[in-house]
Amino acid sequence: MAAYEKLVKQYDRQVFRIANHIVQNREDAEDVVQDAFLKAYQKLDQFQGNSKFYTWLVRIAVNEALMRLRKRRTGRMVSIDEDVETEEGSMPRDLADWSPDPEAMYGQSEMGDILRKTIQGLPPGFRVVFVLRDVEGLSTEETAETLGLSIPAVKSRLLRARLQLRERLSRYFKRGQGRQAQAQVGAK
Amino acid sequence: MLDQDAAIPLRADLQEHLRECEHCEITLNTTRKTIQIYRSHELYELPDDLRERLHNAILAKCRNC
Repeated sequence: MAAYEKLVKQYDRQVFRIANHIVQNREDAEDVVQDAFLKAYQKLDQFQGNSKFYTWLVRIAVNEALMRLRKRRTGRMVSIDEDVETEEGSMPRDLADWSPDPEAMYGQSEMGDILRKTIQGLPPGFRVVFVLRDVEGLSTEETAETLGLSIPAVKSRLLRARLQLRERLSRYFKRGQGRQAQAQVGAK
Repeated sequence: MLDQDAAIPLRADLQEHLRECEHCEITLNTTRKTIQIYRSHELYELPDDLRERLHNAILAKCRNC
Protein backbone atom coordinates (compact mmCIF):
# COMPACT_ATOMS: atom_id res chain seq x y z
CA MET A 1 0.00 0.00 0.00
CA ALA A 2 2.85 2.39 0.77
CA ALA A 3 4.26 1.80 -2.70
CA TYR A 4 0.87 2.44 -4.29
CA GLU A 5 0.48 5.59 -2.25
CA LYS A 6 3.69 6.86 -3.87
CA LEU A 7 2.22 6.19 -7.30
CA VAL A 8 -0.94 8.09 -6.36
CA LYS A 9 1.12 11.08 -5.24
CA GLN A 10 3.23 10.92 -8.37
CA TYR A 11 0.35 10.93 -10.86
CA ASP A 12 -2.66 12.47 -9.15
CA ARG A 13 -2.23 15.94 -10.65
CA GLN A 14 -1.95 14.63 -14.19
CA VAL A 15 -4.95 12.34 -13.81
CA PHE A 16 -6.99 15.19 -12.32
CA ARG A 17 -6.06 17.45 -15.26
CA ILE A 18 -6.93 14.85 -17.86
CA ALA A 19 -10.22 14.03 -16.13
CA ASN A 20 -11.15 17.72 -16.02
CA HIS A 21 -10.41 18.18 -19.70
CA ILE A 22 -12.76 15.32 -20.58
CA VAL A 23 -15.64 15.74 -18.14
CA GLN A 24 -15.33 19.56 -17.81
CA ASN A 25 -16.77 19.41 -14.33
CA ARG A 26 -14.75 19.42 -11.13
CA GLU A 27 -16.99 17.16 -9.08
CA ASP A 28 -17.03 14.53 -11.80
CA ALA A 29 -13.28 14.88 -12.22
CA GLU A 30 -12.79 14.11 -8.52
CA ASP A 31 -14.88 10.96 -8.89
CA VAL A 32 -12.93 9.96 -11.99
CA VAL A 33 -9.63 10.34 -10.14
CA GLN A 34 -10.82 8.16 -7.28
CA ASP A 35 -12.35 5.53 -9.54
CA ALA A 36 -9.31 5.42 -11.80
CA PHE A 37 -6.81 4.89 -8.99
CA LEU A 38 -9.07 2.34 -7.33
CA LYS A 39 -9.52 0.40 -10.56
CA ALA A 40 -5.77 0.52 -11.23
CA TYR A 41 -5.12 -0.84 -7.75
CA GLN A 42 -7.62 -3.65 -8.26
CA LYS A 43 -6.05 -4.55 -11.60
CA LEU A 44 -2.40 -4.24 -10.58
CA ASP A 45 -1.87 -7.94 -11.10
CA GLN A 46 -3.01 -7.46 -14.71
CA PHE A 47 -0.42 -4.78 -15.44
CA GLN A 48 2.13 -6.65 -17.44
CA GLY A 49 4.76 -3.97 -17.77
CA ASN A 50 4.59 -3.91 -21.56
CA SER A 51 3.66 -0.24 -21.41
CA LYS A 52 4.56 2.42 -18.88
CA PHE A 53 2.49 2.38 -15.73
CA TYR A 54 1.51 6.02 -16.36
CA THR A 55 0.17 5.21 -19.85
CA TRP A 56 -1.79 2.29 -18.45
CA LEU A 57 -3.20 4.46 -15.66
CA VAL A 58 -4.15 7.22 -18.10
CA ARG A 59 -6.03 4.70 -20.24
CA ILE A 60 -8.06 3.66 -17.20
CA ALA A 61 -8.71 7.31 -16.30
CA VAL A 62 -9.80 8.24 -19.85
CA ASN A 63 -12.24 5.32 -19.91
CA GLU A 64 -13.64 6.28 -16.51
CA ALA A 65 -14.05 9.87 -17.65
CA LEU A 66 -15.86 8.89 -20.83
CA MET A 67 -18.17 6.56 -18.88
CA ARG A 68 -18.97 9.40 -16.53
CA LEU A 69 -19.80 11.66 -19.45
CA ARG A 70 -22.15 8.99 -20.79
CA LYS A 71 -23.90 8.64 -17.43
CA ARG A 72 -24.37 12.40 -17.26
CA ARG A 73 -25.86 12.62 -20.71
CA THR A 74 -28.35 9.83 -20.08
CA GLY A 75 -29.66 8.20 -23.17
CA ARG A 76 -27.09 9.88 -25.35
CA MET A 77 -24.04 8.06 -26.52
CA VAL A 78 -20.88 9.98 -25.86
CA SER A 79 -17.81 9.04 -27.73
CA ILE A 80 -14.48 10.51 -28.61
CA ASP A 81 -15.57 10.18 -32.20
CA GLU A 82 -18.20 12.89 -31.91
CA ASP A 83 -17.88 15.76 -34.34
CA VAL A 84 -14.49 14.70 -35.67
CA GLU A 85 -15.84 14.93 -39.20
CA THR A 86 -16.17 18.70 -38.87
CA GLU A 87 -14.25 20.67 -41.42
CA GLU A 88 -13.55 23.46 -38.96
CA GLY A 89 -9.87 24.14 -38.68
CA SER A 90 -8.97 22.12 -41.76
CA MET A 91 -7.65 25.21 -43.49
CA PRO A 92 -6.26 28.13 -41.51
CA ARG A 93 -8.47 31.13 -42.14
CA ASP A 94 -7.14 33.70 -39.73
CA LEU A 95 -3.68 34.49 -41.01
CA ALA A 96 -2.96 37.53 -38.88
CA ASP A 97 0.24 37.25 -36.89
CA TRP A 98 0.11 37.25 -33.15
CA SER A 99 1.62 39.64 -30.68
CA PRO A 100 5.20 38.57 -29.93
CA ASP A 101 4.23 37.92 -26.30
CA PRO A 102 0.60 36.77 -26.15
CA GLU A 103 0.86 35.91 -22.45
CA ALA A 104 1.61 39.53 -21.58
CA MET A 105 -1.65 40.67 -23.14
CA TYR A 106 -3.91 39.41 -20.37
CA GLY A 107 -3.81 38.87 -16.64
CA GLN A 108 -3.24 35.33 -15.42
CA SER A 109 -6.83 34.73 -14.43
CA GLU A 110 -8.16 36.13 -17.69
CA MET A 111 -5.66 34.06 -19.63
CA GLY A 112 -6.79 30.92 -17.84
CA ASP A 113 -10.40 31.70 -18.73
CA ILE A 114 -9.51 32.26 -22.39
CA LEU A 115 -7.55 29.02 -22.63
CA ARG A 116 -10.19 26.96 -20.80
CA LYS A 117 -13.04 28.35 -22.86
CA THR A 118 -11.16 27.78 -26.08
CA ILE A 119 -10.15 24.18 -25.43
CA GLN A 120 -13.59 23.33 -24.07
CA GLY A 121 -14.99 24.34 -27.46
CA LEU A 122 -13.08 21.56 -29.22
CA PRO A 123 -14.95 18.35 -30.06
CA PRO A 124 -14.10 15.71 -27.42
CA GLY A 125 -12.23 13.56 -29.94
CA PHE A 126 -9.84 16.37 -30.78
CA ARG A 127 -9.58 17.72 -27.26
CA VAL A 128 -8.51 14.45 -25.67
CA VAL A 129 -5.84 13.82 -28.33
CA PHE A 130 -4.43 17.33 -27.90
CA VAL A 131 -4.41 17.03 -24.11
CA LEU A 132 -2.70 13.65 -24.06
CA ARG A 133 -0.21 14.40 -26.79
CA ASP A 134 0.67 18.08 -26.46
CA VAL A 135 -0.17 18.89 -22.84
CA GLU A 136 0.63 15.63 -21.06
CA GLY A 137 3.45 14.65 -23.37
CA LEU A 138 2.40 11.12 -24.32
CA SER A 139 3.92 9.91 -27.56
CA THR A 140 1.80 9.36 -30.65
CA GLU A 141 1.98 5.61 -30.06
CA GLU A 142 1.00 5.93 -26.39
CA THR A 143 -1.89 8.24 -27.28
CA ALA A 144 -3.10 5.79 -29.94
CA GLU A 145 -2.89 2.88 -27.50
CA THR A 146 -4.69 4.82 -24.77
CA LEU A 147 -7.56 5.84 -27.00
CA GLY A 148 -7.81 2.73 -29.16
CA LEU A 149 -7.05 4.78 -32.29
CA SER A 150 -4.69 4.17 -35.17
CA ILE A 151 -1.57 6.29 -35.37
CA PRO A 152 -2.80 8.08 -38.53
CA ALA A 153 -6.06 8.88 -36.72
CA VAL A 154 -4.14 10.38 -33.79
CA LYS A 155 -2.00 12.46 -36.13
CA SER A 156 -5.02 13.67 -38.09
CA ARG A 157 -6.99 14.62 -34.97
CA LEU A 158 -3.95 16.28 -33.40
CA LEU A 159 -3.39 18.44 -36.45
CA ARG A 160 -7.04 19.47 -36.57
CA ALA A 161 -7.07 20.19 -32.82
CA ARG A 162 -3.96 22.35 -33.06
CA LEU A 163 -5.31 24.31 -36.02
CA GLN A 164 -8.73 24.83 -34.43
CA LEU A 165 -7.20 26.04 -31.19
CA ARG A 166 -4.85 28.34 -33.09
CA GLU A 167 -7.74 29.73 -35.09
CA ARG A 168 -9.85 30.41 -32.01
CA LEU A 169 -7.00 31.91 -30.02
CA SER A 170 -6.13 34.26 -32.86
CA ARG A 171 -8.99 36.57 -31.98
CA TYR A 172 -7.38 37.13 -28.58
CA PHE A 173 -3.70 37.13 -29.48
CA LYS A 174 -3.62 39.04 -32.75
CA ARG A 175 -1.42 42.11 -32.68
CA GLY A 176 -3.48 45.00 -31.42
CA GLN A 177 -5.73 42.93 -29.15
CA GLY A 178 -5.83 42.69 -25.38
CA ARG A 179 -4.68 45.03 -22.67
CA GLN A 180 -1.72 46.34 -24.61
CA ALA A 181 -4.03 47.65 -27.30
CA GLN A 182 -6.39 49.17 -24.74
CA ALA A 183 -3.47 50.84 -22.96
CA GLN A 184 -2.23 52.29 -26.23
CA VAL A 185 -5.67 53.60 -27.10
CA GLY A 186 -5.99 55.11 -23.60
CA ALA A 187 -2.58 56.81 -23.91
CA LYS A 188 -3.73 58.53 -27.07
CA MET B 1 7.84 20.34 -38.52
CA LEU B 2 6.25 20.78 -35.09
CA ASP B 3 6.99 17.24 -33.96
CA GLN B 4 10.44 16.94 -35.56
CA ASP B 5 9.41 13.78 -37.34
CA ALA B 6 9.42 14.94 -40.95
CA ALA B 7 11.91 13.09 -43.13
CA ILE B 8 14.97 15.15 -44.00
CA PRO B 9 14.14 15.75 -47.70
CA LEU B 10 10.60 16.79 -46.76
CA ARG B 11 11.90 19.04 -44.00
CA ALA B 12 14.23 20.76 -46.49
CA ASP B 13 11.33 21.32 -48.91
CA LEU B 14 9.16 22.68 -46.14
CA GLN B 15 11.83 25.04 -44.89
CA GLU B 16 12.34 26.32 -48.43
CA HIS B 17 8.61 26.93 -48.74
CA LEU B 18 8.47 28.71 -45.39
CA ARG B 19 11.19 31.10 -46.51
CA GLU B 20 8.91 32.26 -49.29
CA CYS B 21 5.43 31.93 -47.85
CA GLU B 22 4.54 34.36 -45.09
CA HIS B 23 1.12 32.79 -44.54
CA CYS B 24 2.53 29.35 -43.86
CA GLU B 25 5.25 30.76 -41.65
CA ILE B 26 2.68 32.64 -39.56
CA THR B 27 0.49 29.54 -39.34
CA LEU B 28 3.44 27.41 -38.20
CA ASN B 29 4.66 29.95 -35.64
CA THR B 30 1.25 30.65 -34.16
CA THR B 31 0.49 26.92 -33.98
CA ARG B 32 3.79 26.39 -32.19
CA LYS B 33 2.85 29.17 -29.76
CA THR B 34 -0.56 27.59 -29.21
CA ILE B 35 1.04 24.35 -28.06
CA GLN B 36 3.61 26.15 -25.92
CA ILE B 37 0.95 28.25 -24.19
CA TYR B 38 -1.20 25.26 -23.33
CA ARG B 39 1.83 23.34 -22.08
CA SER B 40 2.87 26.15 -19.80
CA HIS B 41 -0.50 26.98 -18.25
CA GLU B 42 -1.99 24.86 -15.50
CA LEU B 43 -5.69 25.05 -16.34
CA TYR B 44 -6.94 22.62 -13.73
CA GLU B 45 -4.95 22.89 -10.54
CA LEU B 46 -5.41 20.39 -7.77
CA PRO B 47 -5.53 22.43 -4.54
CA ASP B 48 -3.68 20.92 -1.58
CA ASP B 49 -6.77 20.42 0.57
CA LEU B 50 -8.62 18.62 -2.23
CA ARG B 51 -5.50 16.63 -3.03
CA GLU B 52 -5.28 15.38 0.54
CA ARG B 53 -8.98 14.56 0.61
CA LEU B 54 -8.68 12.59 -2.61
CA HIS B 55 -5.65 10.70 -1.36
CA ASN B 56 -7.40 9.70 1.82
CA ALA B 57 -10.49 8.59 -0.08
CA ILE B 58 -8.46 6.59 -2.62
CA LEU B 59 -6.38 4.81 -0.01
CA ALA B 60 -9.43 4.06 2.13
CA LYS B 61 -11.21 2.48 -0.86
CA CYS B 62 -8.09 0.51 -1.81
CA ARG B 63 -7.77 -0.88 1.71
CA ASN B 64 -11.42 -1.98 1.66
CA CYS B 65 -11.27 -3.80 -1.65
